[in-house]
Amino acid sequence: MSSLIEKSLTEIHSLLIAGEVTAVEAVKACLDQIEKTEPKIKALLAKDGENALKLAEEMDKQGPDASKPLWGVPVVIKDVLATKDITTTCGSKILENFVPFYDATSVAKLKEAGAIIIAKANMDEFAMGSTTENSAYQTTCNPCDLSRVPGGSSGGSGATIAAGQCFAALGTDTGGSIRLPASFCGCVGVKPTYGRVSRYGMIAYGSSLDQIGPMTRTVEDSARILNVIAGHDKRDSTSVNCEVPNYIEALAERTDLSGLTIGLPEEYWGEGLSEEVSEACKNAIKKAEELGAKTVPVKLSMTEYAIATYYIIAMAEASSNLSRFDGIRYGHRSKDADELIDLYTKSRTEAFGDEVQRRIIIGTYVLSAGYYDAYYCKAAQIRRLMRNDFEKAFESCDLIAGPACPTTAFPVGELTADPLQMYLMDIFTISLNLVGMPGMSLPVGIGKDTNMPVGLQLMAPAFGETTMLQAANVLEKNLPDFSKPQKF
Amino acid sequence: MSDVKLSTDEVAKVASLARLDLSEEKKELFAGQLNNILSYMDKLNEIDTKDVEPMFSPVEHTTVLRKDVVTKEHTRDEILANAPDSDGQYFVVPRIV
Repeated sequence: MSSLIEKSLTEIHSLLIAGEVTAVEAVKACLDQIEKTEPKIKALLAKDGENALKLAEEMDKQGPDASKPLWGVPVVIKDVLATKDITTTCGSKILENFVPFYDATSVAKLKEAGAIIIAKANMDEFAMGSTTENSAYQTTCNPCDLSRVPGGSSGGSGATIAAGQCFAALGTDTGGSIRLPASFCGCVGVKPTYGRVSRYGMIAYGSSLDQIGPMTRTVEDSARILNVIAGHDKRDSTSVNCEVPNYIEALAERTDLSGLTIGLPEEYWGEGLSEEVSEACKNAIKKAEELGAKTVPVKLSMTEYAIATYYIIAMAEASSNLSRFDGIRYGHRSKDADELIDLYTKSRTEAFGDEVQRRIIIGTYVLSAGYYDAYYCKAAQIRRLMRNDFEKAFESCDLIAGPACPTTAFPVGELTADPLQMYLMDIFTISLNLVGMPGMSLPVGIGKDTNMPVGLQLMAPAFGETTMLQAANVLEKNLPDFSKPQKF
Repeated sequence: MSDVKLSTDEVAKVASLARLDLSEEKKELFAGQLNNILSYMDKLNEIDTKDVEPMFSPVEHTTVLRKDVVTKEHTRDEILANAPDSDGQYFVVPRIV
């Protein structure tokens, strides 16, 4: 890597504002790195290097603008978010040539803050997957070990950060899709509280679960991105209208973890957890205690029902959301249909991948007249019990901590034949999406057996991002240095 | 919840409701996988949810509707700019059937 590309977002921004690095130099450094690494990693779909360079040149002519927190910083956007004049495929053939004429709110906010979009990140089709093997275009490889998956569905976003192709990326998290790739690729990934970041312009998968968030190299960088994208949006009826704290300023307010109580749910630390993940996460908790945190056991008794609850709700919402892709309004249209229903059916059958078809069928089944109460309504009731569970747990602690995933990144193709086993990988991340609370994955070490990154998950009550980011920042600065493997 | 597992015919029927047409091979594959997944979901029966109010979204505020006022956020040219084909005023779309 060039020395420029090794900087954090915060560092590169300081250099850009000081005029020590130009926006063109920052963009060129990223494009060079993309050229070098992309043939092996395949993290990106549409690349917009030419326009990015043009914009950087114009920005350099006007000179640095210190009022813009991301001035001149090259970023990558997950392909589920609408980007004006840049192809937005959602990892699907059905949207192969879709070029939106508008930006998602989160993208527009990044641009207003001075960020330069250089590419769109690969993803599992319609964000359905935990490995980025379900993209209709390519399988992304983990930059730490090319034979392993980067996690999903924001695997392209995680890999692009880990490979030094940009300084920040946006991902989306419906059941762990930011936290899992962050854990597998060794970067920081934050899923904000549901409603904290506008979902306008995001192609919906599970509308009551989806949330947009940052993926970066440091906690401070994530706080910087969250500062920009958080806030009420009148165009999203689920966006919450409450004050957004200054997350960057808040980081400076805490230098240790004294006075903080961290809950450790027994359901997250027992059976099924790999030895190496357990060890790295326990070391991080020990460090948190040394830094003044008190740890207490908490009970999240509904955890064992999380996967079933989540997949019923997510697939039901997916089957409804994806009904709009009918060959008429967007993208792929079958060429040999005889009549209207045939056109819908052939277009969808030809363009949707297996995982999307599987989820649409289950979603249609659980929403069908005879099974609605037995599946969807039952899952929605258990969802409330899960939230009660979390609210009760947070009565005795400020944050909850556990592993982000039971294992480190596994080999490409290992779980593709068994969807249920794949779904079970989300066991530690899914609950938070159901209850709408924020969570993040922080790299805390390298697994002894696989030599792959391990992520510790921190969870907070709704709108408790400040405490969560503060604690992660303190931990990040005090954990022993570990160098992440890079194989490209 | 259902104790009856999905046959390949039932998988095909649900797929057709979702406007999907599965090959014989895929019907077989999906039937096995879907039964596996639905059986796993049956574990929710272990919990008594009588009198529990369902939670359909983490945001339970009342949606405030905007005033019914016509606004123009985008120009015609912007909207037509990325379309595969237009006549300058409208989208030109291929014949549907």
